[in-house]
Amino acid sequence: MNLDRIILLVSLFVATAVLIVLPFQLGRYGLYILSMWAVMAIGAIGLNLTLGYAGQVSLAQGAFVGIGAYSAAILTTNHWPMSVAVLVAIALCFAVGWILGYPALRVQHHYLAFVTLAFSTLAYLVFRNEEWLTKGIYGISDVPRPVLLGFKMQSPLRFYFLCLASLGIVTLLVGWLIRSPWGRAFVALRENPIRALSLGIDTRRYTLMAFAIGSALGGVCGALYAPLVEFIDPTPFTLGLSLNLLMMVIVGGAGFFAGPFLGAAISVLLPEWLRFTEGYYLLIYAVFVMGLLIYSPTGLLGILDKYLTARSTKKASAARASATATFGAQS
Amino acid sequence: MSTLINLIISGLATGSIYALVAIGFTLLWQTSQTINFAQGEFVMLPAFFMLAAMNAGFPFWAAILIGMALSMLILGVAFKRMLVDPMLKHGVLPLAIATMALSLAMKESVKQFYSAEAQPFPSLIPSIDLHVLGAVVSTQSLGVLAVGIGAVVALQFLLTRTSVGHQMQATAQNPTTARILGIPVERMIMYSFLINAGLVAIASVLVTPLYLAKFTSGETLGLAAFIAAIVGGFNQVRGAIVGGLLLGVVDNLAATYISTQYRAAVPLMLLIAVILFRPQGLLGSAEERTV
Repeated sequence: MNLDRIILLVSLFVATAVLIVLPFQLGRYGLYILSMWAVMAIGAIGLNLTLGYAGQVSLAQGAFVGIGAYSAAILTTNHWPMSVAVLVAIALCFAVGWILGYPALRVQHHYLAFVTLAFSTLAYLVFRNEEWLTKGIYGISDVPRPVLLGFKMQSPLRFYFLCLASLGIVTLLVGWLIRSPWGRAFVALRENPIRALSLGIDTRRYTLMAFAIGSALGGVCGALYAPLVEFIDPTPFTLGLSLNLLMMVIVGGAGFFAGPFLGAAISVLLPEWLRFTEGYYLLIYAVFVMGLLIYSPTGLLGILDKYLTARSTKKASAARASATATFGAQS
Repeated sequence: MSTLINLIISGLATGSIYALVAIGFTLLWQTSQTINFAQGEFVMLPAFFMLAAMNAGFPFWAAILIGMALSMLILGVAFKRMLVDPMLKHGVLPLAIATMALSLAMKESVKQFYSAEAQPFPSLIPSIDLHVLGAVVSTQSLGVLAVGIGAVVALQFLLTRTSVGHQMQATAQNPTTARILGIPVERMIMYSFLINAGLVAIASVLVTPLYLAKFTSGETLGLAAFIAAIVGGFNQVRGAIVGGLLLGVVDNLAATYISTQYRAAVPLMLLIAVILFRPQGLLGSAEERTV
């Protein structure tokens, strides 16, 4: 077990070092893709909280990314500072996510998936049709990148570090949340809601909370997405984005803390890496996802988890066997 | 008044196509807990099989038969054996995600191996305008409606009047008991996949002349079938029929009388309202909820 922890810490350290050093070697496009990974990872972490930890299926995360992106784009193009835009995005998504949580109190599983799917499509229609607010299909162009503590975040490298820092903050906060009594209440909600209720957990409030917090992180993702792409129109926020985020969470491993990082990496980086196959990269990606899910329905980290559990049970049974053997020799 | 009649008839025609696709959707759910997010693409693909057969020099009727056969083989047998069977034991969600990936794979395959452009598709029924009670009704609408109703009636006959149909219903209601009674459950599940493949192929022949064959054309249709299935009742074939027809008419009326921009919102509102206030669907019977 100790060895596992060392391996974990070393790989964490290496990953962080790579994320800090690698960008200096990358060109404009490479930085854009890596920033996109960080931004999408934030959205996927939010969904992982709702789906992986609290067990509430949501097909609406893409809509929250959209709400966050539009809040940021509309406010910053009207000369509001980025920090205000991010706070508005969080507050708005938190509130809408809370409201969307109400159906989850009535219906579960696939029905909940359908309600959130409908919401997602409705949100897209609003983005497209409310031209006075969102400029409709023409989109909002020239979304400015923020100025932070007097530093302009205009260059791709600086903006990448802003995205990475945001991802770091979100990771720490969510990591803390999961270890807190709240996180344990979320897991209880997923594993056995009736038992959780009988133990005195306010399942109603925690269900709404799981939706609201997950959605708020979707808002953060969107608020960073807008200045990253610098142009916002409705097309990225169709149902496809919600499905894509859901795929990230499941492919990485729902309910595993590192799942969304891995899932976002596969969804954002793998297609880019497969570009040499020209038109076939999405096809290869889709076939890969299907193959992976057939092999391991709990995602990539599910494979690792299965291997580690198998090893530790083997070790434990070996320890037991040797203990009984010595015990037998003594008596 | 004449526009109203016109709208209702053309709405029923599209509605009958939605119903066909929705019935297949509910059949898969009932017999094997599969939520098929690729159902729209399942309608898109057979049209391309038929186009490919016609390009190979076959006449239209032969191309339709070839398309049907290929669709049964690939969307029926191969889909069940290669994707559903290995994943079924792991629960609903991973399989649902896998069908999302499948829909992406199908779209990309058509785009890469056939064409990204919209292809014209010959119509089974010539389009002539008839004047009935002052309303203009196209024979195409009537033909689509007739074929759709015919397929549904045939399916209902199969399910309620034949021994195989009864065995299928028993499988859907309680697989364990059905197995004890000696029903070949596995074969019945396979039949439901074959029926789904047949229904989507029929829907493909009916819908493609109206909207052209394009790799993205399954998206809206899949969503419509999805809504129709839930509105009518997810665990009922009868419900899917009513849901489909209702949705077709509502969609048409909303486009004319409410707003063209938000026409797509009306069915979604209907969906949310039905799930919240009558989750079993308009015709469905209450399903036991897992806790």
